[in-house]
Amino acid sequence: MSQIMGQPVTEDADGPAKPLLGIEQLGKRFGGFVALDTVDLAVPQGQRLGLIGPNGSGKSTLVNCISGTLQNETGSVAFNGERVDGMPAHRRARLGLARSFQLPRPFRSMTVAENIRVPLIYTVGARAGFHLTSSELEDRCMEVLSLVALQDKAGKNPFDLTQVEMRKLELARAMAAEPKLLIADESMAGLSHSEVEDIVALLIRMNERGVTIIMIEHIMRAVMAFSQRLVVLVSGRKIADGAPADVIKDEDVVRAYLGT
Amino acid sequence: MRTPLFTSILILIAAALYMAFRYLGNDYLFFAGYVVLQYIVIATAWNILGGYCGYVNFGSAGFFAIGVYCTIFFYNIGQSPGDVFPDFMLTPMGWIFPLPLPILIVLGGFFAGLVGLGMGYLTLRLRGVFFAIATLALAVVLETFVVNWPFVGGSRGAYVIPPENIPVFGTFIQYLFVLMLLLVVLALAAARLIERSRLGVGFATIRDDELAAETCGVPTLRLKLVATAVSGALFGMAGAPFPFYIGYVEPNSAFNLSYAVNAIAMPMIGGTTTWIGPMIGALLLSTLQQVVTVTISSAANLLITGLLLIGFVILAPKGLVGLWQGWTGRSAKP
Repeated sequence: MSQIMGQPVTEDADGPAKPLLGIEQLGKRFGGFVALDTVDLAVPQGQRLGLIGPNGSGKSTLVNCISGTLQNETGSVAFNGERVDGMPAHRRARLGLARSFQLPRPFRSMTVAENIRVPLIYTVGARAGFHLTSSELEDRCMEVLSLVALQDKAGKNPFDLTQVEMRKLELARAMAAEPKLLIADESMAGLSHSEVEDIVALLIRMNERGVTIIMIEHIMRAVMAFSQRLVVLVSGRKIADGAPADVIKDEDVVRAYLGT
Repeated sequence: MRTPLFTSILILIAAALYMAFRYLGNDYLFFAGYVVLQYIVIATAWNILGGYCGYVNFGSAGFFAIGVYCTIFFYNIGQSPGDVFPDFMLTPMGWIFPLPLPILIVLGGFFAGLVGLGMGYLTLRLRGVFFAIATLALAVVLETFVVNWPFVGGSRGAYVIPPENIPVFGTFIQYLFVLMLLLVVLALAAARLIERSRLGVGFATIRDDELAAETCGVPTLRLKLVATAVSGALFGMAGAPFPFYIGYVEPNSAFNLSYAVNAIAMPMIGGTTTWIGPMIGALLLSTLQQVVTVTISSAANLLITGLLLIGFVILAPKGLVGLWQGWTGRSAKP
């Protein structure tokens, strides 16, 4: 069971442990539009980080550059002490980087259980260097689904799921890869009050098992309940970084959100 | 069912089919049957890239023609080794050439697979309709290349004289028929193996959502290259015996549009998500075409294919297999 949610922390013997995720001077442009402008961010192992910012501030671009969906143009991304920029997304996934998408992207022609099997085969199996047997796959698949309470929907088509179930499937598929770092990109947009609490509780449970989590979210209630540290992006720049309670009182942040 | 058992059953069915045709003793059956079998291989080859991965290949005729012209190339070397090799090599080359047909099939598969791999590399950034256009362009480029290559006949075409009779099989067409039967067994066993393996899961994720597949750890580029290479190789193997079947090949017949159209229509009509779909589509459509050619007119061939394709795309987009699964309420793979 413990394998499902992250690996134990192995600290370097010499000196303080490096951050799990180290982003330095990260830049990304789309034509003349600067989406990310020299962003620095270090995330230590085990942290729950909230990332907020107005629409178009570069949050999703940052996620894409970390996960390898996009390649950054300047700066560097290091994961677990290893440079990962330039590396294709599937290799980053095997190193322990997982993400969910803002709009759920299930594999349409597969059942819920088969969706979960994909990262088990291609990330967990490939990382371990051996193939899981079909009964092992089945067991792990049901374990992951029971974490998000989708075990009864295992044989269903993703299209038969409700909106919140679809989001849970998206998170479950990311979790099945046994990540060290999970990035949840607006996994609560459009959900009801109780559903949001459901997902926040789920993310905190995962964090307690040792998974470092970056949560991108607009719903401030969820952000405040979840985050140990809060980072604010505006126009591709990091304008605040610190304890959530301090950050939301920060003048720049208030100005960015409310205008002057 | 395990793959060895499945393959054995396929071989038994193939043997029974051959014996039945032999018993009927009509060479025309073998001539017509060869074409049907050839289309089963072609439809299966297309489906590995088009059905499993969702990459629509309009250049099927190009890959088929690579097999065809690979055979012509090596056959021509065998015909006049003195023109190709220096004198001191003539004796050892005399032992090798002329190459037997099974070797030519392997070579055709190899070169077509290689071109498939190359095409995969060049077009890997293209999706949807742009990929389709690129494959069509590849076929045109290859045809132009062959037209301007005198050694394989250029636009005049090339003759291949098949031996009259052959031991064990009797007439040469029976030998060709058996070889094509074996290729059908190979193609179907390969398609079924892929479908049920981790590779098949990876292919399906590429078809559904390539971006999500990458983040789940699927090496999409590598899998696409495997698909283009395997698909190309099967096309080439289907094409390699063709010159011996037809006797005279010119670019227009080898690069014929009907291969590209049929390669798409047959899996679409049969159903693209399983190995059995392309086979059913090829059996039905190709047999129908053979019957129509004899009874009505050879020109009505593609018309019927086109009409059926339109009908199926509109009314039954999952093909006959999809219809069957709908009726029986089963979505599990057969």
